[in-house]
Amino acid sequence: MDDKRLTIFVQTIAHYLTQTASHELILGTPYLNENKEPMTYDFTGIIGVSGGYKGCVYFTAPRALLKHMLLSMGESELHDENLNDMVGEVANIISGNARKDLGQEFMISVPVVVRGELDEIYLPKNIRSYVIPLFWNSYRAAIVISLDQ
Amino acid sequence: MYRLMVVDDSNIIRRKIERSQQDSDFDIVVSAVNGREAIEALSKFTPDIITMDLTMPEMDGIQTISRIRQINKQVKILVVSALKDKATAIKALKQGAQGFVCKPFSDFELQEALLELVEE
Repeated sequence: MDDKRLTIFVQTIAHYLTQTASHELILGTPYLNENKEPMTYDFTGIIGVSGGYKGCVYFTAPRALLKHMLLSMGESELHDENLNDMVGEVANIISGNARKDLGQEFMISVPVVVRGELDEIYLPKNIRSYVIPLFWNSYRAAIVISLDQ
Repeated sequence: MYRLMVVDDSNIIRRKIERSQQDSDFDIVVSAVNGREAIEALSKFTPDIITMDLTMPEMDGIQTISRIRQINKQVKILVVSALKDKATAIKALKQGAQGFVCKPFSDFELQEALLELVEE
């Protein structure tokens, strides 16, 4: 996956977070990570990808960031079910919006949400993942792209 | 008042739409979590307009729109989805949707799209 394609995913999350609460999103330097030790925060929304690309895209974030996002969109119920929904929805939006550039060959599943550490079973075995660190309103999060073409 | 049905598997999106329609011209008569629930609800309620997510478990939005058109040709259907590609929009329109709003959306964007469809 080249820089141009990685940018597609970043642009969507930048637009979404800025629209949600007008804090600037700062990107960290992307790096490659072994899939045996997936990079995660408290909640992770995973989108399975099939078609021309195979693997997954996931958004992972700490509880505090997701609560902030919920409050910013006017949601006052901050229980875990809604945090699950929030992280899954962000993952869905990142992947769904990417189809505009990657085309309908980029087929995506409904989100799967995992709390805590992510088992390597969710990730493709033979490739490494691109981790894009995100810094937003003093919180850290990440988009992880693990796709084989 | 226009009767609105909301179909989305995400609780926070259903609630966002509900909040956005307080004090509006739309009265939410049903919130359904998937296509199957939406079809069942249509035997009890007759909405003027439906907001329809596409990526849902059990019965996705495209299948649901197709089923709805077999039983109700009048109701307006506004797709509200993260799928931003042209091919998906065309597929939804061919099945019988009349409008498309991309997630993430603002309250204003949704309101404008709903009003545009019901006032057609």
